[in-house]
Amino acid sequence: MTSARNYYVVLFHSVTHAIKAEKVLKEAGVAAKAIPVPRHISSDCGVCLRCVGSQKEKIEQTLFEKVDFSRIAHL
Amino acid sequence: MDIIYFDNAATSWPKPDATLEAMNRYNEITGGSPGRSAHRLSIEAARIIFDTRESLVELFGITDSLRIVFTKNATEALNIAIFGLLKKGDHVITSGMEHNSVMRPLRAMEAGGIELSVIPCSERGEMDPQDIPPYIKKNTRAIFLTHASNVTGTIMPVAEVGKIAREKGIIFCVDAAQTAGAIPIDVEEMNIDLLAFTGHKSLLGPQGTGGLYIRKGLEKNIAPLCMGGTGSRSEWEEQPAFMPDKYESGTLNAIGIAGLGAGVRYILKEGIGEIRKKETALAGTFIDGIAAIDGIKLYGLDNAPGRTAVVSFNINGISPSEAALAFDEKFNIMERPGLHCAPLAHRTIGTFPGGTNRFSFGYFNRPDQIKTALEAIERIVTGL
Ligand SMILES: Cc1ncc(COP(=O)(O)O)c(C=O)c1O
Repeated sequence: MTSARNYYVVLFHSVTHAIKAEKVLKEAGVAAKAIPVPRHISSDCGVCLRCVGSQKEKIEQTLFEKVDFSRIAHL
Repeated sequence: MDIIYFDNAATSWPKPDATLEAMNRYNEITGGSPGRSAHRLSIEAARIIFDTRESLVELFGITDSLRIVFTKNATEALNIAIFGLLKKGDHVITSGMEHNSVMRPLRAMEAGGIELSVIPCSERGEMDPQDIPPYIKKNTRAIFLTHASNVTGTIMPVAEVGKIAREKGIIFCVDAAQTAGAIPIDVEEMNIDLLAFTGHKSLLGPQGTGGLYIRKGLEKNIAPLCMGGTGSRSEWEEQPAFMPDKYESGTLNAIGIAGLGAGVRYILKEGIGEIRKKETALAGTFIDGIAAIDGIKLYGLDNAPGRTAVVSFNINGISPSEAALAFDEKFNIMERPGLHCAPLAHRTIGTFPGGTNRFSFGYFNRPDQIKTALEAIERIVTGL
């Protein structure tokens, strides 16, 4: 599937971290969708959060000191 | 005649409708393996489990929901704490009122080279926190203490012991099997490092659920009991070191945890103060009632506020098992006779090996059931 949109994925140590981040982001009004970790990106756990490029910085700020994530990768 | 269920200290029954509804909902519409597969049902299952973590941390005053490890019951949680933490040469302190889920693993560790001190308790099951400092030594690693006895209901001075443990740098592990959901617990205020709880008693969840709270950083010193798939770091052949995956190998009891979450939210909604008030009133009425019957020996404190809604007693000349059969067959009262998996506590209160009758009340019991039970006891005593 090709997409014109500029997507990033946030990778986590565990599913619990990913779901916690999803909740923290939702409460902060930041859109992110839980999806399976894409095969070409090495997996920490099976679930990651996908967001559009414009939200990347906001996500980093929101998760900072709230939920540990391993890294953010370009999709 | 309706069944009168006075065995809530063994397992609570009935459960709130919300508990059963959450489990049905899980079964009918969620189903997926929590987080393993990342399709929408799998992610929804992971969210339900996460919500249960969040409800538990709210109830116990924990700041980070990643500090909760799910287990199948309090026993498994205590086994992780005891076998994971202690090493040969460590000294451990516990009380004379412990349940076998603490005593048996500790006795096994003792045989393997730890040193164990059991602080004597009074005949009513009380522990004086000032008895602890004289036992503390250079190699004292941990204190294991029940929050309340499952035999007498006596509430232990957890906050005072927590303070002593923290000051001395000793790890404090509390067995909250009898108290989680029944009396307030705050791990910060009480200086609790490890909190073992079970889901199927006062937390109003189903059997097969429980957990262990591990204070931040302490996981570095606690080995997991069980290793395996966690859904994370699948490319590694080594167990992850981070919370909660380090201790949560294998597919969790998601349907049970869904029910547990609903049970805990029911408690948060009703208010633990309300629950405590109602259960204390029921126990108080019962204690006052049996005090007025000749031929009954009550164990533990003679007032309800110092105990959970658990009351042990004996009927003169009638063994606990005989009495239990009469309660069940003649009066539809479900209780638990015997030693209650706590031989040490029965030795402390002087009822070993005969045991006691134990009535344990819950949030769904009613005053009229206490009245019926008191009449039943009177009839058993008088042989009618
Ligand atoms: C004081 C105490 N500790 C631990 C347990 C163990 O709980 P579970 O059987 O759910 O593991 C119980 C109840 O059985 C208990 O009463």
